[in-house]
Amino acid sequence: MYSRTYKAIVSVPPLLWVGLFLLLPYLLMFAHSFWAVQDQAIVHQWNVDNYRTLFTKPVYLEVLLRTMRIATSVTLCSLLLGYPLAYYLSFHAGARKELLYQLVIVPLWVSYLVRGYAWKTILGSEGVLNGFLQYMHLTREPVASLLYSPFAVVLVLTHIYTPFVFLPIYAALEHIPRPLVEASQDLGANSAQTFLRIILPLSIPGLLAGATFAFVLSLGDFLAPLLVGGASGTMIANVVQSLFGAAYDWPLGAAISVCILILIVSLLFLTERLEKRWSFK
Amino acid sequence: MNPSAASSAQAASSAGGVLLEVRGVAKRFGARDVLKDISLNIASGEFITLLGESGSGKTTLLRLVAGFEQPTAGEIWMSGDRLDTIPPYKRRVNTVFQHYALFPHLSVRENVAYGLRVKKTSATEIGGRVEEALQMVKMEEFADSRPSKLSGGQQQRVALARALVNRPLLLLLDEPLSALDANLRKQMQSELKALQRELGITFLFVTHDQEEAMALSDRIALLRNGALEQVASPREIYAHPATAYTAQFIGQTNLLLGEIRGSIATCGVLRWPFEAPDTPVTFSLRPESIRICAGGVRLSSEVKFRASIRQQLYGGASELLEVDCGGQLLRVRIFAHGPLSGEHDFVFSIADAIRVQE
Repeated sequence: MYSRTYKAIVSVPPLLWVGLFLLLPYLLMFAHSFWAVQDQAIVHQWNVDNYRTLFTKPVYLEVLLRTMRIATSVTLCSLLLGYPLAYYLSFHAGARKELLYQLVIVPLWVSYLVRGYAWKTILGSEGVLNGFLQYMHLTREPVASLLYSPFAVVLVLTHIYTPFVFLPIYAALEHIPRPLVEASQDLGANSAQTFLRIILPLSIPGLLAGATFAFVLSLGDFLAPLLVGGASGTMIANVVQSLFGAAYDWPLGAAISVCILILIVSLLFLTERLEKRWSFK
Repeated sequence: MNPSAASSAQAASSAGGVLLEVRGVAKRFGARDVLKDISLNIASGEFITLLGESGSGKTTLLRLVAGFEQPTAGEIWMSGDRLDTIPPYKRRVNTVFQHYALFPHLSVRENVAYGLRVKKTSATEIGGRVEEALQMVKMEEFADSRPSKLSGGQQQRVALARALVNRPLLLLLDEPLSALDANLRKQMQSELKALQRELGITFLFVTHDQEEAMALSDRIALLRNGALEQVASPREIYAHPATAYTAQFIGQTNLLLGEIRGSIATCGVLRWPFEAPDTPVTFSLRPESIRICAGGVRLSSEVKFRASIRQQLYGGASELLEVDCGGQLLRVRIFAHGPLSGEHDFVFSIADAIRVQE
């Protein structure tokens, strides 16, 4: 048994940390969202105008919807890349497993900015891809829509978040006891049936965790749209950033943040329920 | 393979109704020969056990028949068709796995229905056959439970039902009872045996437990370092072990090392007539073949000797004595007798001393 003093000593620093750097900022943000700006200054005047603006001015809803579309696309693309990769590594890579695993992980060590800029040089109108297309005489003029578009944002975010999707799926697949796969074959199921009836259902918790990572991280991303998004690829985090920065409308920025927070928390709650539903320990 | 194993394998094939033929099968993992030139015929309806220590290759042989591994050499045939070249899901063979391998996300009913469902059997037929299979193993009331809610014995029954519902020609059982506690194990042994009699399905059973093998099998195939040591019925293999290894692995025995000279076998102070050319020799003499001699006439077919009692281990119905006979320690099993000490006369029948290969 630990003494009360010991418990108090070890629990106070983390509680203090959470209180000061998590709960207090949230509280401030929540309060700000109900305040207003008058004459370039924030006044503590309680109102719900910020939320009204949010839901009546189409520009914010439009960006929010676009953000969710982009996040959904990123989630789907990184699942389509990450799941087969994890499946191959876990079940068929044999001796190359360790090496391939490291190769998937290595990009995580490279700075996000570097990867973002790399895509700029690939997608730009003077970039590698356009040069190649022209060289092959597939286009006469450089394709301008490659860079500074929602497409570019989805591409970059997919590149960045695929390892995050891969990891939990790979862990889930590695945890499937191999005798289950043999039992399925033994009972007459071919590879496709075994995958659909045994492997896929048992990897759903990993799949959900991966999808949640990709969706939530993309939803709050502001670097990729800043680097490669252009005007048509602006996402909600960029709006929040500008409201807190140049526009100096902290209350509206806070209101948007609260909405995103509620969205993400309900999503996490939902996926956690689903993950529990699909785990069998 | 030694001569006795070969003759036994032939016996099964000449009896007709051969279901499975293993022809010169070898398996190599890297630089390790796990199985070396195994030939074995299994008759239809037979309960045959692959017995051996861990690492003897028994599970590998089972996995070759199931199709989870490919033989490095040799062929496996079933009912006149080549078996080792077709994938596991096309074989009319089902397996009960060591740790059951029940699908955790499916109910007991769905687990049992799995094999029929993937073969696109009609729903009504699946329903009927699954019910029947669950009744057979007395698990109807757990049909809607998840496997994780079941005890080891219950999971075992579900695994059996899941395999048998497919009406396999051959059922493979990979140490299915090893995870159960002793009492449940005995009970499941007799249920398994009864089930096999009733269904008439051929069972290929893998175990390292010689008592289990003796109790269940029609024939035992004893494996040692990837080769067949002896294949015979439990009674045959116990009464006439071909090798010293078999004699020691199956039951307890006394190995008597000695020589034959001038048609007399001499092992330490023990001597008896034995018709054979002069050679060094090993005999196996079961502890229960030796009795305490109450005096009276000694038959010419018996060997009598005097030995002092070193140790007495009481075991309920019987007790095991360790006796010293001219420096040679012998184990003697007698009916419970009461405390013994000092020197006694012992006797065994010459016919019970079985000459074995080293």
